[in-house]
Amino acid sequence: MDMNIPYTVEERPDTGLTNGKLGIWLFLASEVMLFGALFSTYIILRMGAPEWPHGELNVWLGMANTFILIGSSVTMVMAWASLKLNDWGKHRLYLTLTVLLSAAFLVNKYFEYAAHWSHGELPDKSTFLAIYFTLTGLHGIHILGGIVVMLYFLGPGAALYKKNPEQFTNRIEYTGLYWHFVDLVWIFLFPVLYLL
Amino acid sequence: MHSDQESIRKSIKTYWMVGAALFVFTGITVAVNQIHLAVPLAITVALIIATMKGSMVASIFMHLSHEKKWIYGSLILTVIGFAILMLVPSLTMGDNIGTPIHVEAPAAEHSGH
Repeated sequence: MDMNIPYTVEERPDTGLTNGKLGIWLFLASEVMLFGALFSTYIILRMGAPEWPHGELNVWLGMANTFILIGSSVTMVMAWASLKLNDWGKHRLYLTLTVLLSAAFLVNKYFEYAAHWSHGELPDKSTFLAIYFTLTGLHGIHILGGIVVMLYFLGPGAALYKKNPEQFTNRIEYTGLYWHFVDLVWIFLFPVLYLL
Repeated sequence: MHSDQESIRKSIKTYWMVGAALFVFTGITVAVNQIHLAVPLAITVALIIATMKGSMVASIFMHLSHEKKWIYGSLILTVIGFAILMLVPSLTMGDNIGTPIHVEAPAAEHSGH
């Protein structure tokens, strides 16, 4: 029996959206609440702290990671736009670049964490370090999740393009929406943790 | 979302320009930080720039500038929920649980002994 998932390409008449698109936006809404709760926790901890450390983090590494993540957002949207223009080669190039930039972000983060650990600056040492590791760790897990999804679309998931190019394009769009959200979270994390 | 190829080509220029603008704003954020402003002003400036950058990512890269009403509907609920979360810290300011209570000893009673 042929069981096709409905509304993966055509839009639902009631919502005017594909199911995948509404699904990813609802997922992102839940993500806003997750990070929102942690930002709220950060504010409470900071307001309650008698003093808050400044200059604990390497601003230049944080700035480099901001540039890397913004660059990856541009390559991600270009990967989707290339599919819309039926340019498979450019899509692969931009998606590969996005994966490489994401990996560079994590490598940078590894060096940052390693420097903290070597100085004994662990989450149990101060409130600031606890919230820093919690927020950046959770964000890092999101980066890792994005890399796994993108590698899937560069590998076995790419086969869908031959069978149903529109559905594949939509999947890349949803991946992009997730990726831009991860970038958006970092845009706020960087000043809050590194600069203020 | 635009689906015809001509509008996609036009959008591509916008994507690169927004990317460049995000780079510039990041540079400005760090440059302002190097001036060492007073903390309240530094927080205000950094969050204004971050909000501008976030708006660009959401409206252009995530295509929120031209989305369907169901997406906007779910986002309005999210904004309300997020605003409540951000209000939680101010609620804790009015909460005195855990604050030491100072009771002055009745001096007159003890003065005769």
